[in-house]
Formats: sequence, C-alpha cells, structure tokens
Amino acid sequence: MSASPASPRETTEGTVYTVTGGDWDELAAEAKQADDERIIVNMGPQHPSTHGVLRLILEIDGETVTEARCGIGYLHTGIEKNLEYRTWTQGTTFVTRMDYLTPFFNETAYCLGVEKLLGIEEQIPDRASVIRVLLMELNRISSHLVCIATGGMELGATTIMIYGFRDRELVLDIYELITGLRMNHAYVRPGGLAQDLPPGAVDQVRAFVKKMRKNLPEYDKLATGNPIFKGRLQDIGHLDLAGCMALGATGPILRATGLPHDLRKSQPYCGYDTYDFEVPTADTCDAYGRFLIRIEEMHQSLRIVEQCLDRLAPGPVMVADKKIAWPAQLALGPDGLGNSLDHIKKIMGTSMEALIHHFKLVTEGFRVPPGQVYAAVESPKGELGVHVVSDGGTRPYRVHFRDPSFTNLQSMAAMCEGGQVADVIVAVASIDPVMGGVDR
Amino acid sequence: MSGPTAGGEPGANGVNPDKDLNAQNLPGQRGDHGEAIRVQRGMFGARNGGDTSGYGGLVRTVRLPGEATRPYGGYFDEVADELEGALEEQGLLPESAIEKTVVDRGELTFHIAREHLPRVARTLRDDPALRFELCTGVSGVHFPGDKGRELHAVYHLRSITHNRLIRLEVSVPDADPHLPSLVDVYPTNDWHEREAYDFFGLVFDGHPALTRIMMPDDWQGFPQRKDYPLGGIPVEYKGARIPAPDERRSYS
Amino acid sequence: MGLEEKLPSGFALTTVEQAAGWVRKSSVFPATFGLACCAIEMMTTGAGRYDLARFGMEVFRGSPRQADLMIVAGRVSQKMAPVLRQVYDQMPNPKWVISMGVCASSGGMFNNYAIVQGVDHIVPVDIYLPGCPPRPEMLMDAILKLHRKIQGEKLGPHREKAEREAEDAALKALPLIEMKGLLR
Repeated sequence: MSASPASPRETTEGTVYTVTGGDWDELAAEAKQADDERIIVNMGPQHPSTHGVLRLILEIDGETVTEARCGIGYLHTGIEKNLEYRTWTQGTTFVTRMDYLTPFFNETAYCLGVEKLLGIEEQIPDRASVIRVLLMELNRISSHLVCIATGGMELGATTIMIYGFRDRELVLDIYELITGLRMNHAYVRPGGLAQDLPPGAVDQVRAFVKKMRKNLPEYDKLATGNPIFKGRLQDIGHLDLAGCMALGATGPILRATGLPHDLRKSQPYCGYDTYDFEVPTADTCDAYGRFLIRIEEMHQSLRIVEQCLDRLAPGPVMVADKKIAWPAQLALGPDGLGNSLDHIKKIMGTSMEALIHHFKLVTEGFRVPPGQVYAAVESPKGELGVHVVSDGGTRPYRVHFRDPSFTNLQSMAAMCEGGQVADVIVAVASIDPVMGGVDR
Repeated sequence: MSGPTAGGEPGANGVNPDKDLNAQNLPGQRGDHGEAIRVQRGMFGARNGGDTSGYGGLVRTVRLPGEATRPYGGYFDEVADELEGALEEQGLLPESAIEKTVVDRGELTFHIAREHLPRVARTLRDDPALRFELCTGVSGVHFPGDKGRELHAVYHLRSITHNRLIRLEVSVPDADPHLPSLVDVYPTNDWHEREAYDFFGLVFDGHPALTRIMMPDDWQGFPQRKDYPLGGIPVEYKGARIPAPDERRSYS
Repeated sequence: MGLEEKLPSGFALTTVEQAAGWVRKSSVFPATFGLACCAIEMMTTGAGRYDLARFGMEVFRGSPRQADLMIVAGRVSQKMAPVLRQVYDQMPNPKWVISMGVCASSGGMFNNYAIVQGVDHIVPVDIYLPGCPPRPEMLMDAILKLHRKIQGEKLGPHREKAEREAEDAALKALPLIEMKGLLR
C-alpha cells in the first residue's frame, strides 16, 4: 500500500478508499478534478434549436456553460468555386442561394462589385436602383421576420412563429409577382435587373405597406412588453462595443451597443443617401436590444419602401451599353419562362448581326477588365462584402463573400460562456446566423 | 516595354506582345506594368473544337492593374502619408514594408511584405489618424500564372471613425505558403484565416488553432485553388451525357 | 407491432394491410431535417397559410427516434452525409424519405466537390420532389402522394413479393443513357 492519505484498494465489493487523515486540500483538489458535473454536450448539427445545421460544442458545469465552440461547414456548398465556371451574369443565380433569407442583398452586392469592375456604376438607370432598394428593404423585412419567428420558436413561443411566417408570406407574394419566384430570385443582374416591374406590383406593395403598418404593432403587443419574453432575452448574449469591434460583428449586434454604424448611411450605395430614414440603436448590448432594433428596422424599411414607390419613374431597367445589357424587357411565356417576343422578332426576323450578338452575349457573356474590387451592402445581418477578382475573362476569377452571419457567429463563444445552457439558444438566435451564408 | 517578360512566348504570328508592345499592329493593353497573371491565347479561350474566327494566334498577357504614382487622390494620400510616417516612427522603412501601392477603380491597395504584415496591421488599427478598427476578413486568391507570388491573401480594413476602406494584399509563393496570422490584431480573423487555410492552403503562422473549418477534417487538398478541379460529375439524360461545368468548352 | 408481419398471405393480411396503412398514413411524424433554402419552405408549409396540420403532420419531431418520415430539405454536403445517415439509422421502422428540392435529389446546380450528388447515394428515397426550392403546395403534393404510397404498403409475404417484383423490374429497365426520346 502506498502512503497516500486516501489510497484506493480494489476489493470484491469494488474500489474502497481508505482515508488515513492528512492534507484535505489535496483531496478536495482531486475531487474537483474528477468532477462528474462537467460534461461536454454536442448540440447538432441536426438539432431543432440550432438555427440550421450548426453544431455547438458546449462544455457544461452543471447548468453553466464554461466553454462554447461552433462546428460549421455542414452546409458548405462550394458556391464560390462554382461561380468560377459560369459567366458573370449566371453568377447571380449562384450568389442568391448563399444566404437564402437575404437573396436580394447577395445579388445586389455581387452586381455592385461587377459593375464597379466594369466601371459602369454611374450608368445604372435610376429605375433599376430604386427597384433594387425597394426589393432590398422588403427583403430586410422578411429576413427580420424569419429571425424573430424562428427565434421565438426556439424559445418555445409558437405563436410568434406563426405570426412571423404569416407576414413573411405577404412579402413573398410580392417577390413572386415581381420576380416569379418565392426564393432564390436571380432578379438583380450586372447592369440592372432581369426585367421591369409587372403591372399591379406598385399597388400590391402599397397595400402591403398599409397592412404591415397594422401588423407590426402586434409583435410589440405579443412580445416586446411580455415579461416572460423579456425575462428570457434581457441581459442575455451580452457583447459590448469593444467585443463587437474585435470580433468584427456588424449589423443589429453592433447597433445594440449604441454605435449607429450602418453602411446605408456611411457608405451609401444605390442612392441610399437620398432616402429619409433613421438607424435605430439600443444601448443594452443584449438579445433584447437586438430584437427591438430588428422591429424598429422593419418600420424604417417600410418608410423607405414608400419613398421608393413615390419616386418610381418610368425608364429602362438595364444599362444602355448593348455589350453588357441582357434583354430586360421580358414577359412571362406559356412555358413559364421569361422571354421577350419583340426581341426575338427583331433578332430572328430583321438583323443577323443582332442575332449573333445576342447569341454571343448569352452563351459567352461579356468580358470584364482585370482587377479586383470590394463592394459592401448593409444586409439585415450586417456588412455583406464581396471581393470580386477578374482576370479579363467572361467568368469571375474569384468571388469571395464576407458574409455577416459567418463573422457574427464567431461571437457565440463570447456571448455564451459563463451563462446558462438555456441561454445559448437565445444568444444564437439573437445573432441570426443563416447557415447558407455561414458555409456558402 | 519595361515590365517583366512573364509569359513572353511569341504568338503564332511571330510577334511577342511583351517585347513588341509598341508595334503598330497590336492593340494597346490596359495597365502594362501590373502583375502578369496569365496568357490569353486566341480570342475566345476555346481549346477544343478550334477557333475559326481568325484570331486563334493572338497571344496576350493579362495583367492586373499596376503600381500607382502620387497623388493617389481622395483620402488615399493622407492614409499613405500617415502609414509611412507611423512606420518610420517605429524604425521601419516604409519601402521595405510596402512593396507597392495600387489605386484602381477608386480603391487603395497596399501590397505588404509578409514579414511586416502584423506590424503594419497594428499600426493601421492603433494610429489615431488611421484607426482601421474593423477587419472584414481575409480572402485568398490563387494565381498559378503569377510565378513566385501564386497565393494572395487580401484583407479589407474599414475605419468607422474616419469612414474609410483600404485593402492590404500579401503575396506568398506556392512552395512556401506561410504568412503571419493577424488574429492577435484582429480576433475576427480567426475563422477567416481558417477558411483561407481550408480552401487555399495558406498557412497563417501564429494562429491559435489552424484547422479545417468548412471541409471535413480528413479532406485531401485545398478545394478552391485553381489547380483543384471543380469535382463535378457528368450528368446523364435520356440518350445524352452532359459533362461537368469545368469540362465543357469554355469561352473565357 | 410485429404481429402483422407473421400473418399468412391472404384475406386477413390484406385487411390488416389496409388498416395499418390507413393508421400509418394518418399520423406521419416528420423529423426536422432542414438543411438549406428548402427548410424555410418546409417551415412555411407547417405555418399558418399552408397548414400541414390538415394532414395530421404539423408536429415536427426533434428526435429521430420519434419520427418516421425524413424530409431531406436542402443540399447535402460531404460533411453532412454521415450525420444524415446516422439520423436515418436512428429512426424506427417503417420509415420513409422525401428528397425535397433538386439539390437533395440530384445535386442540382451544385455539381461540385462539396455536395453529394443526390441523397439517394446515402439513404433510400421514396419521393423525389423537384424545384429550387419547391413551393409549399408542391411539398404538400409530395406528402399526399407519400400518404397514398403508405396506404398501399404491403406487409409480410406480400411485401416480399412486391419487393422481388420491383427488383426484377429495376434490373430489366434500360439505363437512362440508353433511352431514346427527348432530352429530359
């Protein structure tokens, strides 16, 4: 037998510890090391509360999270590589599927990058820019609605989920009318838009704004003042300004610290400097502040949408440069695809050169001078940046998306460590990561 | 023509566009002093099936925009002056840290020598006149044709204080893809550097845990490099087989 | 319960088949397997306007042990494939799989290194649902078709016979590349 103060001895009944007195500090330290309460919990990647295929690895001491890490990549799609084998215009079809809740932001950011490479930012028709802003702001509403709805569902509040998806359907009806699709639109194209607004779109958007003005206060009634909701959200997922800066967090997370940083104001694109709107902030640095900001941003988006409708003037929606412009005067054909009968009549009936040009533009695409640019837009989640490199070819040489979900998700560890397990869900929901954007 | 003669093989017509750029029968080139990244042959890039356009013998070196000369315009001069001054104060010759400065399409790019990257980034973040607080991550670019500088790491830095945006670019050779990590300066680069490692094999020395982030841990190769195939499979239809996108005829 | 599998082929088994099929199709419990864009449409299908509750399956189970239908909604990456198979293996029999969307069915536009070119490489699929993403109506149509399939599901010796016939037919079928006709 060893001379240890508490030495184990194997018997037929199991291990027997003989305590012979001595230094209890050592015993306590040993007991602490063999702490049975400390467990590693693996949440996901397929878990109903992890906001998609996110894997959370939590080290738990009782109910307290001592360490939290994310495992991502379960939805890695290789979109950035796929883009390199398609023309510049086809690229929008891919980027729209990155963060599938903010398709118009992905498309616009990508197209702004391509247009900057081409040097045609000044030639984009006003109407195209206004429609881009209109759709982006509608998209901000639908994205925030999904964030609030799924966030509520993860807390166990099913009602708010039903409300959120009810209102999102209204936005999706507008998308479907304008682009023909509920999701994954590929509507914004380098140089402008795929086609003009269909008849009746303006009226439907106006009706939507009116209806949404009535519906939005319901969220306040349902959640904002609700003591249970506040109890779950307040002081949870704390991340202050210094943390946001260090971790590169943008969007509602950054604005919840009181810094009114919004690219629409600081680096305006698509003519955002001419719209009248406010950047809501909160100073709570927590999940509740982020929720309030999202609600208020939807109100502001409605204001911008109304201004867009007021300034919609007739005009082209594609650049005049025929070497870049895809035909944009499309109408829905019987096969369900967009087509321009006038254009077909012209190229097939009157002009051989126009036919050749059309064929080359669509199959081969246009060339973009070599170089690289960075274009950024303020997506509902934060700064969505696109680094586009061209080698002078008809295809992108490299496109990298700096997706806000990806960067913001890094702050999960800082928000959760030291908190309770149940609050991890709240913190992750308040980041609003969309795994399609995180993994691309 | 003063630049390097990368890809300087004569074309089918016996004219080397790099050497004979002043020849009257050749089109002018945009930015003839930037980094050569590839050589374009023919007009349409089609390698199989032949090019009947008559431009099949055309050989052209593709270059990225070259070094800019002062004044850069806008706030770029101020940023460059402040950065050079701040580096000099630290006893670092700006010429040794900043390889070249490119201004293109209204954006400022500093090409930084890799050993000085952390110092430059820290200066850009901490100097009150610069204050680039926000790093939007690193994007890898692979230029197999840019010999000795195949892998580029591109950082975009945003200053909220001064409302500015600049780009840092670091080039490393394929054979030695090491560059210092910026996680110490910008913790946000943690995942971004892991992503660049995962896709391009850029090794960020000093990163706390440089492991794969997107691909499975046991994945072979770095999928977004240009020498890595797209990995698509041919698609079968009734009576026809369509090759994967990377194996189809290309016009680029 | 296992008893129905032991019945001899004949009238009794056919009756039990009909009853079991009706019971099974009326209370399908889908496992949440939302991956990408299609998952949002799947959630929409469960929400107010489309209301999957009308078909007795609005309750998405978080645990695969309590589910008998897996709706693979979205692109399956190489990294996700083993996870998907494990979730499928955890589901109790009988179980069905709907491959929702073109990415899950065939890889779709993402014909590249990262995406599994069709979830049928990993798990057997009962219904392929095209679309990118399919509309909620299309998902409901697929679910109703699956209900019909579950209703007609055979048991015991009948099932063995049906499986043998299906296999023979599959062995005799022309490969796609040898079929003639329009490109589709």
